[in-house]
Amino acid sequence: MISLAGRDILHAWGKYAFTGLGLGLLIGVTLSMAGIYRGMVDDGKALLTNSGADLWVVQKDTLGPYAEPSSLRDDVYRSLRGLPGVQTAANVTYLTMQAQRAGQDVRVMVVGIALEPGAPGAPRDLVAGRRIERAHYEAIADIGAGFQLGDAIRIRRHHYTVVGLTRRMVSASGDPMVFIPLRDAQEAQYLKDNEAIHQERARVQAHPALNRPGTPGLADAVSASQENSRMVNAVLVQIAPGWEAEAVADPVRRWKHLQAYTRTQMEDILIAKLIATSARQIGVFLVILAVVSAAIVSFIIYTMTLGKLREIAVLKLIGARNRTIAWMILQEALGLGLIGFMVGKTVATLWAPYFPKYVLLEPGDAARGLAAVLLICALASTLAIRTALRVDPATAIGG
Amino acid sequence: MSMAGLRRAIPLMLFAGLLGGFGYGVLRAGPLATTRVTFATPEYRDLTPALFGIGVVEARRAYAIGPVIAGRVQTVRVDVGDRVVAGQEVAAMEPVDLEARGEAAQAALRRADATLQATEAQVREAVSRSTLAETNASRWVDLRRQGFVTQEAVDTHAHEARAATAALNAAQAYREAAAQERDRLLAEHAAALDLRANLQLHSPIDGVVIARDAEPGSTVVAGQSVLRLIDPDSLWLRVRIDQARSTGLQAGLPADIVLRSYPDARFPGRVARVEWLGDSVTEETAAYVAFDPLPAHLTLGVLAEVTLRLPTVAQALTLPNAAVRRQAGQEGVWRVLDDDTVQFQPLRLGIHTLEGAVQVLDELPLDARIVVHSERELRSGDGVQPAALPAEGAP
Repeated sequence: MISLAGRDILHAWGKYAFTGLGLGLLIGVTLSMAGIYRGMVDDGKALLTNSGADLWVVQKDTLGPYAEPSSLRDDVYRSLRGLPGVQTAANVTYLTMQAQRAGQDVRVMVVGIALEPGAPGAPRDLVAGRRIERAHYEAIADIGAGFQLGDAIRIRRHHYTVVGLTRRMVSASGDPMVFIPLRDAQEAQYLKDNEAIHQERARVQAHPALNRPGTPGLADAVSASQENSRMVNAVLVQIAPGWEAEAVADPVRRWKHLQAYTRTQMEDILIAKLIATSARQIGVFLVILAVVSAAIVSFIIYTMTLGKLREIAVLKLIGARNRTIAWMILQEALGLGLIGFMVGKTVATLWAPYFPKYVLLEPGDAARGLAAVLLICALASTLAIRTALRVDPATAIGG
Repeated sequence: MSMAGLRRAIPLMLFAGLLGGFGYGVLRAGPLATTRVTFATPEYRDLTPALFGIGVVEARRAYAIGPVIAGRVQTVRVDVGDRVVAGQEVAAMEPVDLEARGEAAQAALRRADATLQATEAQVREAVSRSTLAETNASRWVDLRRQGFVTQEAVDTHAHEARAATAALNAAQAYREAAAQERDRLLAEHAAALDLRANLQLHSPIDGVVIARDAEPGSTVVAGQSVLRLIDPDSLWLRVRIDQARSTGLQAGLPADIVLRSYPDARFPGRVARVEWLGDSVTEETAAYVAFDPLPAHLTLGVLAEVTLRLPTVAQALTLPNAAVRRQAGQEGVWRVLDDDTVQFQPLRLGIHTLEGAVQVLDELPLDARIVVHSERELRSGDGVQPAALPAEGAP
């Protein structure tokens, strides 16, 4: 038995291929949109995974450190290390800022990490270079920021040498991370620029209560205490094997008067709260895009069928059965969907790396996309099939 | 090939190309892809570990010159940057009433001298009275023996003689008291002079003035500095070293110093002292590093990056530190097996160098392939392939 659909397609394969290509680009956009949403969620999860923590201890009544500002004293981690179920705890600071790369601004998240071996917070896998060995002025940067090994990054008043590179180390909003030693990060976060420091000193000098004639040195002491900072944004806690996260978090909340979030709670904060609006935005757009794609596919198949009405009438005239004709149109529609999907998946894979933020094309999404495309094509073909079946065979010889 | 054949072949080729591209995409980015990594093999090398810290230029000997009592500054004779010699008067405080108090002490001393002279005269008079009374008394005793006078008259004269002796004793005591009073006033006068001299502030050393904290006319309290001096030959660095990375810190270690003011120059130095007192808040240990020799144009408060070299460990088995991973609290490396899958091997690690090498204390064959860099986190049994990373820019 010959394939009617195959014959028909080969008859005008150029038109068919271009239609498939156009449809494919549209599907590619839809898949990319889904990938952008997945990428946002994955950025959030990557942030949590990369921190290596099981528990985030932050300032009481805040959703810190990613969704809200949080600040803690930097000796809190010592008291946390003494709690039962805590394997290790380490300070961490997060600061999203513009860093300088070759005179240009790059938006990065500067992460201050404790340098003790095994402390959570430090990147676990590098793609180039080495780990930080000096306790000051060395940095590990994400390749997303565009730095190379040996580059100097200017963060506030110091230059940091890039000694290692990471991949997929990003903040919840997709900014590449730059890891620097904790002390430097505290300074970068809290130490103001020189002008601000001078003005602050002048304010203290001018303050009658702080610069009393009978107490020389008081103003200097006040200024000195204002200029150093012993704050961090969060303490990352790793839980000893065999302990429930909640069982460790509870005493922290109750007795240390701090907030502690488990991994599940943190994911909820990041995904349900932090990126909720942008995710909904993309979701609505995705739905619109899917509806538009479905409409376009049905119109394409419909017009394709309309263009072949005379040939269909001939088929009917020579005694082809309705089922044969319907099957031909359905096959063509499904073929178009298949080509479109493959083109779409390929172009989405090809252009995904050029998006400024991470685009995650999940195989599950692709499979769902394929099913949806085939379903839409099948549904769209019913309209065309109905039109085709209603053709009067007489039109083949008439008009 | 005929035209018709070609016409048929083109769509098939296009379709095959599409299928190929699709398949590449699935294999390259999908779950079937192997992880790209870079390898290293362990090697025996000489390792020179080092400590790194941030230092500030300080003076080992710094002096704050100020008055011991509150007062007003009268003159300041030197300015910042001036060289001074030991004993030189560098500033003076206003004496206020100290001159008058000195004169009062002087006058009191003169009065004491006069009193002393008067009491000495009294003693002399008492001596004379006493001698006369003694003579009279012995004379009356002789007369009584010869029966010329009554016993009553003898007793009276004996009493007079004893009274005169007592008066002499009293006069001597007065003289002693006057002498003591004079000594006291003499000491007071000396104290007034000392206080007066103390208002002149002298340099205790040959040094340089680094700060002029008070100007003439301003009032300073006791202990507040008017001038600050340092011994410029005693400049050294106070270096703070993270306690977690201070293993092996001891006096005598050679140091490489890079000053913030001369970022391209390296100055040699040596650890002069390691402080007993660490800082538990900043978790740092302080060490003092002396320059050897002292560079010119050094200013106080300049930041420096100091690298302290520890003794070299000869022929240690080393790996890059990027290869070290941690699995379930255990340090180790990912070892690539013969079938290109990875397995975690726990290792004990020794010293680290600032260049990123780490010593392996356990045995490791020299041909073992160890994962150094990896594009994603590895799990046991993952397939890996060597590749140059990060060759392809973004994800």
